[in-house]
Amino acid sequence: MAYVAIADRDVHPHDPQTFFTRYIWSQDHKVIAIQYSLTAILVGLVALVLSGMMRLQLGFPNSFSFIDPSNYLQFVTMHGMIMVIYLLTALFLGGFGNYLIPLMVGARDMVFPYLNMLSYWVYLLAVIVLMVGFFVPGGPTGAGWTLYPPQAILPGTAGAGGGIILMLVSLGIFIVAFTMGGLNYVTTVLQARCRGMTFMRMPLSVWGIFMATVLGLLAFPALLVSAIMMTLDSTLGTSFFMPALVSMGEPLDYKGGSPVLFQHLFWFFGHPEVYIVALPAFGIVSDLLSVHARKNIFGYRMMVWAILAIGGLSFVVWAHHMYVSGMDPYFGFFFATTTLIIAVPTAIKVYNWVLTLWHGDIHLRTPMLFAIGFIFTFIHGGLTGLFLGNVTVDLPLSDTYFVVAHFHMVMGVSPILVVFGAIYHWYPKITGRMLNETLGKVHFWLTFLGVYAVYLPMHYLGILGVPRRYFAMGDTNFIPESAQSLNASITVSALIVGVVQVVFIFNLVWSLFKGPKAGPNPWGATTLEWQTPDTPPSHGNWGPHLPVVYRWAYDYSVPGAKQDFIPQNQPGDPALTAGRDHGIKG
Amino acid sequence: MALAIALILLVVGSVAFHFLSPWWFTPIASNWQSMDDTVNLTFWVTGIVFVAINLFMAYAILRYRHRKGTAQRAKYEPENKKLEWWLIVVTSIGVAAMLAPGLVVWARFVDVPEDAAIVEAVGQQWHWSFRFPGKDGVLGLTAAGLVTLDNPFGMDPGDPKGQDDVLIANPELHLPLGKPVKMLLRSKDVLHNFTVTQFRVKMDLVPGMITYLWFSPTRIGAYEILCEELCGIAHFAMRGSVVVDEQSGFDTWLASQPTYAQTVARVAGDPVAGQAAYATCMACHGPRGEGNEALHAPKLAGQGSWYLARQLRHFKQGVRGAHDDDVYGKQMVAFAGLLDDVGINNVMAYLATLPDGPLPATVAGNSAAGKPLYVSTCAACHGAAGEGLWATNAPRLAQMSDWYLSTQLNNFKQGIRGSHAQDFYGAQMALMARILADDRASNDLVAYINTLGKPESQLSAYNDRP
Repeated sequence: MAYVAIADRDVHPHDPQTFFTRYIWSQDHKVIAIQYSLTAILVGLVALVLSGMMRLQLGFPNSFSFIDPSNYLQFVTMHGMIMVIYLLTALFLGGFGNYLIPLMVGARDMVFPYLNMLSYWVYLLAVIVLMVGFFVPGGPTGAGWTLYPPQAILPGTAGAGGGIILMLVSLGIFIVAFTMGGLNYVTTVLQARCRGMTFMRMPLSVWGIFMATVLGLLAFPALLVSAIMMTLDSTLGTSFFMPALVSMGEPLDYKGGSPVLFQHLFWFFGHPEVYIVALPAFGIVSDLLSVHARKNIFGYRMMVWAILAIGGLSFVVWAHHMYVSGMDPYFGFFFATTTLIIAVPTAIKVYNWVLTLWHGDIHLRTPMLFAIGFIFTFIHGGLTGLFLGNVTVDLPLSDTYFVVAHFHMVMGVSPILVVFGAIYHWYPKITGRMLNETLGKVHFWLTFLGVYAVYLPMHYLGILGVPRRYFAMGDTNFIPESAQSLNASITVSALIVGVVQVVFIFNLVWSLFKGPKAGPNPWGATTLEWQTPDTPPSHGNWGPHLPVVYRWAYDYSVPGAKQDFIPQNQPGDPALTAGRDHGIKG
Repeated sequence: MALAIALILLVVGSVAFHFLSPWWFTPIASNWQSMDDTVNLTFWVTGIVFVAINLFMAYAILRYRHRKGTAQRAKYEPENKKLEWWLIVVTSIGVAAMLAPGLVVWARFVDVPEDAAIVEAVGQQWHWSFRFPGKDGVLGLTAAGLVTLDNPFGMDPGDPKGQDDVLIANPELHLPLGKPVKMLLRSKDVLHNFTVTQFRVKMDLVPGMITYLWFSPTRIGAYEILCEELCGIAHFAMRGSVVVDEQSGFDTWLASQPTYAQTVARVAGDPVAGQAAYATCMACHGPRGEGNEALHAPKLAGQGSWYLARQLRHFKQGVRGAHDDDVYGKQMVAFAGLLDDVGINNVMAYLATLPDGPLPATVAGNSAAGKPLYVSTCAACHGAAGEGLWATNAPRLAQMSDWYLSTQLNNFKQGIRGSHAQDFYGAQMALMARILADDRASNDLVAYINTLGKPESQLSAYNDRP
């Protein structure tokens, strides 16, 4: 039998039979995406509550008897790990990646649907193991989300017995889940694009998710081995990360290991992880801006190259997290240079987003508000990165609230704003109904202004020298009383932002039943997911025939065209496609 | 429209906040002004970019926002190579302008002046201590495995270079003004970080290796040392102090600190002489050191000698019992003054011979409610069984006078105890005592401690420095 490319095979390999296989044990990428997203959002709400507890203590020290130094650090640790790994990574790749990749590249499903299904269930197991940590004696680990040994596995840190092992095991399970999903996403993008969908016609969302997945596949193994090694150090008494040391006056049996080795492994994963979260956000926000400004994304090719450059460079900057770790300080020269170089492709992306608005026809609907809000917070967070990436400038600011403010702005707030924008944008496709616009705007304004009121002042606490991960400042001479008032105001803002998310959750549920019917393409978008025969797309996505792509993803407001968008699968008068592919001559 | 205005207001507000904020660099006290300069430079460059891009974006939104009823159409403009390359070049120049000075300053940081004095900072959960190399200018060898109650620095007794090392077994370091110092950083247990905000530089302490940083103090004063690498539950309470002094003052201070050889040469106390001296103490603390609540005298028998000896010295030196509201502490000051160092030694030796009997509970509280806090937090230093731990400088709590624990918790909380600048470990406890929301929380905690039996092991060998 002649070979037929995957993209051209017109088969439904795994038609659902029953309610159970359709909605629970489902192999449909869209159902799996929703499972991933709901789980991630749910566990993210846990992390949000934890951050509220931390803020209560920081804003109003020692006023709440349920917060002590030990569980404060447990809140810090679990908040950080959940947000970075179990919410953002899972949501962008397992959620948006799963939903968007097959639809955007014109495939019927992921290439390995069964593996895709397993990926979710294994992820769920990882979440459950993580949550079990809250219920074991000693509770979850309080070692900080970076889990630095020796402290993570020694007395004096909460969860040094059980909690840390559960954390490491959960991470291991998560990485298995991610690998199953990740191989799928990469293979699907490489092998299952429909006819005509060349790489340089792919929407930037797919590019961002694709590159993030590649980074994840290369970076997570470093975390996996360090998790395994630390588990062995803790349980079998190996000394990978453990030098000879004294704990609470007692010499321990360890000898010759290196705590700094762990940090290298952790950040070899940890820095790409920033981009595992950021690149999908970059891609998605590019598409939101383009659709709602009714204009092609500016400098598409440069945007693609920037994604690739950032992805590549992200593997040679990790030690900028370690300027004060005690590694050879001469490394500072190299890592400061590579880190600041990465600012260039990142800046290009920002310029191109803003230039996409220029000469646009900007519809300020909720997804667009979030997209523009993202540009603002990302500019802020990106620029403060130039402080911390530059080794000398980092020295006074390292380990202070400046760092906390920076990374929350750049990889907390910014990607989350994109997540919100993306949900408002794709909800009509996912559910067939529109989200309520008024509630959406309330949600945007309070969230956007609220987070800025949280994180802008926080930088200044850092410049003052207020250290992070302190349960309480107590009486520290150089810290004025006013810093405490500022902390209280930050806490109030943070709590408001937290509570406002109820509006969002309500909107999600309410609109599912009461939202106006959306129609197949409510925003007038060009990309394939809006061209499906059914909304929500049925199993197999495309009905009897796969789409064929004739143009790039950004034919908005093409001069001479009747509508202000031309779908990718619309064949057409070359005269109306303005330079065929992406507007480049020839 | 609202969004564009909001962006403009946010930009204006951010700039205003920047210039009006009372929260800015803590005044510098070292030679690293150049670090502040690089921060300021970065603020200017990034600030200009922040304002420019956001205002441009706000303008774009204002100008190109969709207006209902108009036949507005976006411009089809996929690329503008010339503009894109210009932006790349300008960005690269801006980045280089920030990076280059940063690297120049960093080159100075990695290159320690040859005349820098060597001082070692030793970190442990959750204390600082320090070591000077002594007359030979060389620090003796140390090893983690050698750390004991008698040898908290882990000094190698066989290394002749270590004999004259000056050991500062408390978290207050003195340094001479204007002299470059290379701090060698050593950790006994986990990661820590040596930070003095006023000096700008900081570096982690990593067990198994020696790290370093250098600076020259430029301003006389006392500056807090903060641990800035998460090191466990009491991370926030791991404080120390650097006192920058004129050379002469520094020399006097250094000369008054013991060398390693001197700490080794200490003689053990004499219990017989101690018994005679204890006659005075007995009136209040009881013949068997069992304490007497009516006279506000706590139980002594079974308490760590290193702890009791330190408290006696604190009373003598006015570090404890100096606060106006510390009525019973004041009483103790007079009695502590009766003992010299040898006397303290002897009394400790005698106390160690006394039987360690159980005590009736006098504080009523809900022990179940007090347990979580004890287990999660207090136990880290005082031990799960309340046995006390010399390594964390935490006294025994179990089967000691419970009413006294309540009083002291309250004193710590109110700042009656632990607020003296020299009461380093008391200050730590003060931070902890503030966790207790009210008297009930305190009573519950003490009630839980009352459920702990007599601890099996109690290190009572007297080994604190005179």
